[in-house]
Amino acid sequence: MSTVTSKDKAELASTVPLSDEDGRRWRGLVLPVVAVALWWVLARADLVNSALLVSPGKVLATASDQVVTGKLWRALGASLAREFTGFLIGSVAGLLLGALLGVSRGFNRLIGPSFNTFKQISLFAWIPLISVWFGLGDTAKVVFLSLAALVPVVVNTCDGIRSTPKPLLEVARVYGYSRLQTFVHVVLPAATPAIFTGIYLALIYSWLATIGAEYLLVAGVGIGNLLIEGSEHFQMDLVIFGMFVVGLVGWLMNAVARRAERRLAHLRGAAQ
Amino acid sequence: MTALTLSAGATARTAASWVPRSAWLIAPWLLPLTLFALWQTGASQGWISPQVLPPPAFVWDTLRDLVTSGDLWLNLRASLLRVLVGFAGGSLLGLALGTAMGLWRPLQAYLLPTFNALVQIPVLAWLPFVLLLVGIGEPLKYILIAKAALVPVTLNTLQGFRLASPALREVAKVYGYTRRQEVIEVVLPLATPTIFTGLRLGFTKAWLSLVVVELVASSEGIGYLIVYGRQLFQLDLVMAAVIVVGAIGYLIDRLLDWSEARLIGARQATRGAGETQ
Repeated sequence: MSTVTSKDKAELASTVPLSDEDGRRWRGLVLPVVAVALWWVLARADLVNSALLVSPGKVLATASDQVVTGKLWRALGASLAREFTGFLIGSVAGLLLGALLGVSRGFNRLIGPSFNTFKQISLFAWIPLISVWFGLGDTAKVVFLSLAALVPVVVNTCDGIRSTPKPLLEVARVYGYSRLQTFVHVVLPAATPAIFTGIYLALIYSWLATIGAEYLLVAGVGIGNLLIEGSEHFQMDLVIFGMFVVGLVGWLMNAVARRAERRLAHLRGAAQ
Repeated sequence: MTALTLSAGATARTAASWVPRSAWLIAPWLLPLTLFALWQTGASQGWISPQVLPPPAFVWDTLRDLVTSGDLWLNLRASLLRVLVGFAGGSLLGLALGTAMGLWRPLQAYLLPTFNALVQIPVLAWLPFVLLLVGIGEPLKYILIAKAALVPVTLNTLQGFRLASPALREVAKVYGYTRRQEVIEVVLPLATPTIFTGLRLGFTKAWLSLVVVELVASSEGIGYLIVYGRQLFQLDLVMAAVIVVGAIGYLIDRLLDWSEARLIGARQATRGAGETQ
């Protein structure tokens, strides 16, 4: 029967690069430039009479206001602090649990099926229960974020350890490695890429979960609260700015994680 | 995949040799049973207030009430309709976009960078934007669920279309295939599994987004049941609804697993038939 397996490899492909990089990269800029120009003209010409069609200038003004008054940094700082706390707790717990599930057959048999059942429950469905048990403050949010980070790390760590190539294990046995030696020198290196995939996913998931937690556990400051504020006061400029920040942070995290992954692969290549 | 299943089979055999077979069989039930026993005793001994954790029997009664009163079906129908409409819209658009970008390079060059940038913004961040534009009604849910499904379907379709290597397409050209034949007989068969992965992922994402959207903004649906229970401090209702959400998530996963296996089986069958000819 199935143990913990990973179906989310495909999920890592959060974007797809262009197939030909032929120096005509300006073509990618055409659409955004046209869209912004159109937006600007529409907002200026009052063709669409709506408070919702704010001009690009208004969005920029809001953005600079948020930056100068420090509101953005407060919100972003609070969100990121939460994100990293949850990410750290969730990943460490996930590494331990995943390693145990991967190494010990008995433990996997004992816990694996329960874990698989647990992970079927859509993560956000836990929020109302968490809010009863932990309140609406930072504790509840961090608990939720840890949960969000935990699942992919467990799945991928266990998967990585279990898919250590059989021949490598044979070699370790021939060399008379102890269990610990086998784990440290054979299993762990073989599992590293998968483990990294899990941590990468955890970073992205916990960012999404941060926004979600701020939405559903409305207390305190954060980027999610910024978005809610904009939406409640019909401030489209604030909403658009908030979306931009959320997207930018997500993109940065992706970029950093991908760089680290490439570096890791490079180091592994050099070591072999 | 195959390697994993094989090793799992081997695991069961080796482990059975040193653990009694009965212990091996009941092992997966130990944790849930222990938790359940703790929950039950905790509730009956009054360790935990029912306000914080209602006793299991209470949750079970609520679940049964939900089923027999028809409330569950009413809300489930609303939710499933949303998922299906959103997924259908999002995946069709995603298939079209991915195919167009996959087959037509200039379009890809103009469109893909913008698409990649917009993808960075998660559904939750789109929510207030779309909410202001279209209000809190059904279109809001359809749009957000469609967006959730659109992204993986588009990206996987596009990647699937890249699987046909230049060499293979060269062969097709040598055989005098027209562009149309090349796409239908070479590119598409190679792309199918990847496209299916995208659709599968899209459906999972659509279901997840449904729950989120219903938690934030809805007046019916399975996610709304959770919020409603929370507002009234009826934790039994919250837990019953969470169980339903989990069960449906599980069913969807099984169903997709099954259809994926069927699809791959069918493909191998046709390939086998092709080889014997």
